[in-house]
Amino acid sequence: MRLSSLFYLLAGLFALSVPLLGIYPVFMMQLLCFAMFACAYNLLLGFSGMLSFGHAAFFGAAAYATSWLTTARGWDAAPAIMAGILTSTLIGGIVGVIAIRRRGIYFAMITLALAQLIYFVCLEAPFTGGENGLQGVPRGTLFGLVPLRSDVLFYYLVLAAFLLQYAFIQRVVQSPFGQVLKAIRENEPRAISLGYEVNRYRLLAFVLSAALAGFAGSLKALVLGFATLSDVQQASSGEVILMTLLGGTGTFFGPVAGAAIIVTLQQYLSEIVGGWVTVIIGAVFMACVLTFRRGLVGTMAALWRRKAVP
Amino acid sequence: MAEIFGIPVAVILGQLMLGLVNGSFYALLSLGLAVIFGLMGIVNFAHGAFYALGAFVALLSLQHLGVNYWFALALSPLVIALLGILLERLFLRHLYRLDPLYGLLLTFGIALVIEGCLHQYFGASGQSYPVPAALRGVFDLGFMILPIYRAWVILVSVIICFGVWFIIERTRLGGTLRAATENAPLLQAFGVNVPLLVAVTYGGGVALAALAGGLSAPVILVSPQMGSSLVIVVFAVVVIGGMGSILGAIISGMALGLIEGLTKVIYPEASNIVVFLIMALVLIFRPAGLFGRE
Repeated sequence: MRLSSLFYLLAGLFALSVPLLGIYPVFMMQLLCFAMFACAYNLLLGFSGMLSFGHAAFFGAAAYATSWLTTARGWDAAPAIMAGILTSTLIGGIVGVIAIRRRGIYFAMITLALAQLIYFVCLEAPFTGGENGLQGVPRGTLFGLVPLRSDVLFYYLVLAAFLLQYAFIQRVVQSPFGQVLKAIRENEPRAISLGYEVNRYRLLAFVLSAALAGFAGSLKALVLGFATLSDVQQASSGEVILMTLLGGTGTFFGPVAGAAIIVTLQQYLSEIVGGWVTVIIGAVFMACVLTFRRGLVGTMAALWRRKAVP
Repeated sequence: MAEIFGIPVAVILGQLMLGLVNGSFYALLSLGLAVIFGLMGIVNFAHGAFYALGAFVALLSLQHLGVNYWFALALSPLVIALLGILLERLFLRHLYRLDPLYGLLLTFGIALVIEGCLHQYFGASGQSYPVPAALRGVFDLGFMILPIYRAWVILVSVIICFGVWFIIERTRLGGTLRAATENAPLLQAFGVNVPLLVAVTYGGGVALAALAGGLSAPVILVSPQMGSSLVIVVFAVVVIGGMGSILGAIISGMALGLIEGLTKVIYPEASNIVVFLIMALVLIFRPAGLFGRE
C-alpha cells in the first residue's frame, strides 16, 4: 500500500507541474479526457464484467450535445456539460435496457449495432453538421466569472474534473453497490439466488458508465473545440477498449495509463509513420489479447505481490 | 404505369431487387459467421476485413495477372481460406479456453491490421471492377428491368447458402462438425483430428466472406472500408436470426436485405438504421432471436 501512495504522490506532482514542464496543456487535457473515458468504460468492463462495443456513442453524443448547445444556442460551459451528461445518460438508459437482455458476446454485438444507429443519426440529423461535425466550439466561462481562454487555467479545471470522476468511480466500486456488481461478474446465478435483482444492477452500472463517458465527451468537445463523426464511430469504441485492456481491466489506474499510452502514440507516432498508426494499434490489440491480458498495471501489481509474499 | 401509394411499381420492384442483392451478401456473410461461431464459439469481427480482402484479391489478380472473373471467383476464397487457416493456427487457437470475448477482441485487432494495410497500399478511394462480358446487359421482364449480373449474384448466393446448409445438416462431414460442437474431446478420442477440423472450418467461414467480396466487386466500389460498416449490419442480422442456426442466418439475411430495400422506397432517411431498429424490436420481444434457442 505504501508503494501505491508513493506512486499517487508522484503522479499528482507531475500532473500539477505539467504547465511548468513545458508540456503542451491542450495535449494533456486531451489525454485526461480520454483517461476519463477509459475509467468510465472500466467501471463497466472491469468491475461489472460487461464488454460494451459501443461506448463511443455516449462519448460522442455528449460531445455533440455540448457543442450544439454552445455554438447554436450560446449556452455557457457548465450547463452545456450538464446537458451533455444528461444526453448520454438518456441514451445509455435506452441502449442499456435493450442490451442487458443478453450476455457476453451478444451484449457486445448489440451495443455495437445500437452505437452504429446513433452514428447514423449523428451523420444525418439536421443539426450535427454531417460529415464536418460541429466546429468552433467556444469554451465559455467558469460559471460566468472567468473566461476559459487560458489553456493553463482550463488544464487545472480538467484535472480537477478528472480527479473528481476518479474518486467517484473508486467510491462506487468500493460501495456495497460495487461489491454486488463484482459478485454478479464472478457468479451471476449465485447473485440471483442471493436475491439480488441482477438486471437492475447491470442496468444501473451501464447507465452510470454511459453518463461518465458523456462527461468525458463533453469536456473533450470544449477542450478541442469540435465534435466530429470520429467521436461516435466504432473505431473510438475499439480504442477505449484497448486503453482499458492495455492498462489493466479492473484496476483503478490501469485505464489512465492505457489512455496515456494510446493518446501519446497517436499524437507522436502519426507524425513518424502516418497511416500505419491503425495497423500498429491493431497489432497492439492482438498482442494485448494474446499475451498481456492483465494489462500493464495488473501485471505490475501481480509481480509486486509475488515479490512481497515470501 | 401501376402505382402503390403514389410510387411506381417498377421503382418498388427495382429497390426490392437491390435489397435482395444486399440480402444475398448479408446471407453469405452471416452464414460464415454462424459456421465459425457454431464450431469455435468465436465471433469473427474480421469478417468484414476478409470480405474486403476477397474483393481486393479479385481486383488485383485482374489488374496484375489478368486473371478473369470466373477464376477470381474461385481464387479469392481459396487465398483467403489459406490466410484464415494461417491466422487460426498462429493466433486464434490460443484463445479457445478463454472467455469468447477475447476472440471478438483479437479478431477486431486483425480487422484493424488488415484494413489499415489495405488503406496504406490502395488509399481510401474506391476502384471499380468491370462486370464480366457474359453477365452484362439486362433481362426485360416486362414489368421491370433486371440486370443480369444482379440476378447472377442472387442465384449464386442461394446455391452456395443451400450447399453449405446441406453439407452441415445432411452429410457425414457435417455430422462430424456438429459432433465437434457438442463434444470435441470425445470426438478426438474417436481419432478425428479436431484441431485440423477447426482450422479448416475457420478457413471455410472466411472463404464465404471472400466469395461475397468477389461477387460484390463488380456492383460496388472496391475500397478498404467496404467491410467495416457492413460487418456491423451483419452482426445485427445474426442477433436477429439467432446465432446458432444456419437456416436462420440465411433467411434473416435475405429478409433484412428486402426490408432495407423497401425502406429505401418508403422512407430513404431510415434505410441505414432500419436493421438496427428491427434488432432492437426483436430483442425486446424475443431476446433469443427469431430462430435461436435460449
